[in-house]
Amino acid sequence: MNNRLSAHLRQLEAEAIFIMREVVAEFARPVLLYSIGKDSGAMLHIAQKAFYPGKLPFPLLHVDTTWKFKDMIAFRDATAARLGVEIIVYVNEEGLKRGISPVASGSALHTQVMKTEALRQALDKYRFDAAFGGARRDEEKSRAKERIFSHRSAAHAWDPRNQRPELWRLFNTRIKPGESMRVFPLSNWTERDVWEYTAAESIPVVPLYFAKQRPVVERDGTLIMVDDERLPLKPGEKPRMERVRFRTLGCYPLSGAIRSDAETLDDMIAEMRSTNTSERQGRLIDHDEAGSMEKKKREGYF
Amino acid sequence: MNEAVEIEALEQRATAAGEPALPTLRFLTCGSVDDGKSTLIGRLLYEQQLILTDQLAALERDSKKHGTVGPDIDFALLVDGLEAEREQGITIDVAYRSFSTERRAFIVADTPGHEQYTRNMATGASNCDLAVLLVDCRKGLLTQTHRHAAIVSLLGIRHVVLAVNKIDLVGYDQAAFEKIAAEFQAFAAPLGFATCVAIPISARFGDNISRQSDNTAWYSGPTLLAYLEKIGVEEDRSALPFRMPVQWVNRPHLDFRGFCGTIASGTVRPGDEVTVAVSGKLTRVERIVTADGDLEVASAGDAVSLTLADALDVGRGDLLAAPQARPEVADQFAATLIWMSDEKLLPGRSYLMKIGARTIPATVTGLKYRLDVTTLAHHPAKTLALNEVGFCNLATTAPIAFDHYADNRVSGAFILIDRYTNATAAAGLIAFGLRRAANIHPQDLTITKAGRAHLMHQRPAVLWFTGLSGSGKSTIANLVEQQLNARGVHTILLDGDNIRHGLNKDLSFSAADRVENIRRIGEVAKLMTDAGLIVLCAFISPFAADRQMVRDTVGDGEFIEIFVDTPLDQCIARDPKGLYKKAFAGEITNFTGVDQAYETPLAAELVLGRDGATARQSSARVIAYLVEHRYIERFDDTGDWSI
Ligand SMILES: Nc1nc2c(ncn2[C@@H]2O[C@H](COP(=O)(O)OP(=O)(O)O)[C@@H](O)[C@H]2O)c(=O)[nH]1
Repeated sequence: MNNRLSAHLRQLEAEAIFIMREVVAEFARPVLLYSIGKDSGAMLHIAQKAFYPGKLPFPLLHVDTTWKFKDMIAFRDATAARLGVEIIVYVNEEGLKRGISPVASGSALHTQVMKTEALRQALDKYRFDAAFGGARRDEEKSRAKERIFSHRSAAHAWDPRNQRPELWRLFNTRIKPGESMRVFPLSNWTERDVWEYTAAESIPVVPLYFAKQRPVVERDGTLIMVDDERLPLKPGEKPRMERVRFRTLGCYPLSGAIRSDAETLDDMIAEMRSTNTSERQGRLIDHDEAGSMEKKKREGYF
Repeated sequence: MNEAVEIEALEQRATAAGEPALPTLRFLTCGSVDDGKSTLIGRLLYEQQLILTDQLAALERDSKKHGTVGPDIDFALLVDGLEAEREQGITIDVAYRSFSTERRAFIVADTPGHEQYTRNMATGASNCDLAVLLVDCRKGLLTQTHRHAAIVSLLGIRHVVLAVNKIDLVGYDQAAFEKIAAEFQAFAAPLGFATCVAIPISARFGDNISRQSDNTAWYSGPTLLAYLEKIGVEEDRSALPFRMPVQWVNRPHLDFRGFCGTIASGTVRPGDEVTVAVSGKLTRVERIVTADGDLEVASAGDAVSLTLADALDVGRGDLLAAPQARPEVADQFAATLIWMSDEKLLPGRSYLMKIGARTIPATVTGLKYRLDVTTLAHHPAKTLALNEVGFCNLATTAPIAFDHYADNRVSGAFILIDRYTNATAAAGLIAFGLRRAANIHPQDLTITKAGRAHLMHQRPAVLWFTGLSGSGKSTIANLVEQQLNARGVHTILLDGDNIRHGLNKDLSFSAADRVENIRRIGEVAKLMTDAGLIVLCAFISPFAADRQMVRDTVGDGEFIEIFVDTPLDQCIARDPKGLYKKAFAGEITNFTGVDQAYETPLAAELVLGRDGATARQSSARVIAYLVEHRYIERFDDTGDWSI
């Protein structure tokens, strides 16, 4: 028995393993959407446990917007090498040609083209029929009603009226040609569960989650890290060094940092227990409007 | 930063902190619209400080826009999610929320109060161990309270809390509370709950939620949260007989065959005897493998991989069970169905049944009665509509292993899936198995032509196996047919045995008669595809022109040419019927491969038999081809993953 984990985490882990095995048994071409963050990390770790001593029976897919933090890409490649897993990196080249970027196009369009559309393109290109995502129900209100197996039409659309009831652990995995399923093994986890699991299982994470002196600029109360020269500085704006870390990681111009002294997982969990803002606060794409997640979901973004 | 050291410290903390001893409690809340479910859950989250400042700011904004409580914070808005529903001010789906206190972690399912949403309540209840039934103390018990209690009981929930809400609105009146509590006890008695308590609360003002209220000094029981933190709900699944549905077979290399699954009930140790429920074969558990090392014991809820002492034919869908307490095995049984689809139940129609890790065609052979979940009365019925509950007989295309739902909520539960829309049509709770002759009362069904086509559920095709004598055509075709039949696919196998001795008895082996032989077979195959069958033909058919003739007769898209390309020397070495020997001795002439050419197919859909493939591997490739090209449906992957 794994004594590192509490009864609660053991139960969550077993549930996630069950879900992953069900997908591998019932779908022809599953893929794990690997976004490099802590949730993906936990999901990947659980996947390896689920199919032990075998290898992962599916590849990983990273939809790269080309605006991820340098540290994330380095971590991604190191993870692939360390675990000997296949990571497909997909970039929406057509979007790049159109010059779409978070800086030039704004967060909404950038996310739409480089993430949502890119994901659909990648799923179509490789004909994946099931995609694991690391989303959790505690992230946002509308997620609370999301299924673990979320059905998507051939056009990748999510129809809130056409989702299947999930009874017991009897998941209805049947799809028609061209349709697909998004599957969320961590649905019942909370942010804190993920961190406690990460700590207990010693899962490596991107160093950006830990506090360090980093060059930042402050815009509308949000700290943006100057990860490379592509971030245009406004007149008079000068990056300054601050001790910051990130609670969620995405495209660097869209990820707000928080001031923090948490240098270790232990500090971080302690900080999280005392803090009272949600992790999505740092995610600029959600501020646009209430119910925005739901719209994105209908369009095929998670 | 030294990560390794840090993590080590953390690990120690995690265990030393003495995490909650009780496992996560999954409970659902139900009540009628406006009884205050959403407010209650919002309150629970709020009091556990799970509402963070930014969410709270959003909540205050939303409260002004949509709220129903004037300037106060409307906690209900915290648990409503979908825009359209929020505008309507009603919850119409199941929402799940996690929260935890120092003592315990909780997952709460919020289910709707709307009368017609039985389906969602049943869904929420299927994964819960406890139900909080809300009543508005001004209204008392409603029809819907009865209905909800009955569904909760039907789904096997054994612990109920009656939360008598809005106690503030009756001036915290003890008599009002006690009247409702007493009524409920009387009503719930026949439903057989193990525990059933009533607690007076105000979700809006927080009385007796997590703080003992001064307003109800007359109430000495626990607060709602204190009660939920302490209640033991595990009816001890680990004490039930061992059951594990095999989810997937893990074969990383030839020396390891792990049967993966989550233990449904009971415990298992290396050395324990287990039986493969349907076949009844016995073996022993060798190892309990996990990524954290082999286990000495595993119990209900653990996701493990078992290795078995004997090489038995076990695959996805099988149920491993304790031999001393075996599950029932039958192809007919009685069950309660909760209908979940807009399309009504059609007795006689084929649905897919998913039970454990098994998916198998099933039909409702008889509907005994519809259950009125409010009065528990039985009504005669011919069909079930959305949100209706009925007691039925069902038949599957092959025997399945199961327990009675009342004994085991995992191995006694199933869902029915509509084969056209793929919608989840019903939830099923098995009552008992039926013996064939004794209990079956078939419905009077007039089968129309369209109905027959529906029942067939398959794309007809001709699988034309061609190759040398002894190449393995018939063996492979036989295996394919067996696997198709196991999937409920209707087939016919044509080969020398059933054609040469009957239909084509009058034909010789002359060149002209050989052509006629193949022509007739082609015509018969075509007729049989018209009847909807998958036709397997195993004939040497050495000439390309003859095969093309059949392809033209049958039509492209329905003709699948399968070339069994076993090398001649291997066929000669096998020589199962001693024919090559005779041909070489000159006892028979015009023998393909000896004194007559075999024209190799150039565009066969499938080529088998190369690289020393076994007949079983070849047959699996045929099945995979049929699945991939959607001639047959994909449900179990026994074939794909165990090879
Ligand atoms: N006075 C009072 N009002 C309540 C209480 N609980 C809920 N309400 C109000 O009842 C209405 C319906 O509550 P809501 O939680 O949306 O009900 P639901 O439909 O069961 O989810 C709202 O206006 C709440 O503010 C309570 O304990 N006391």
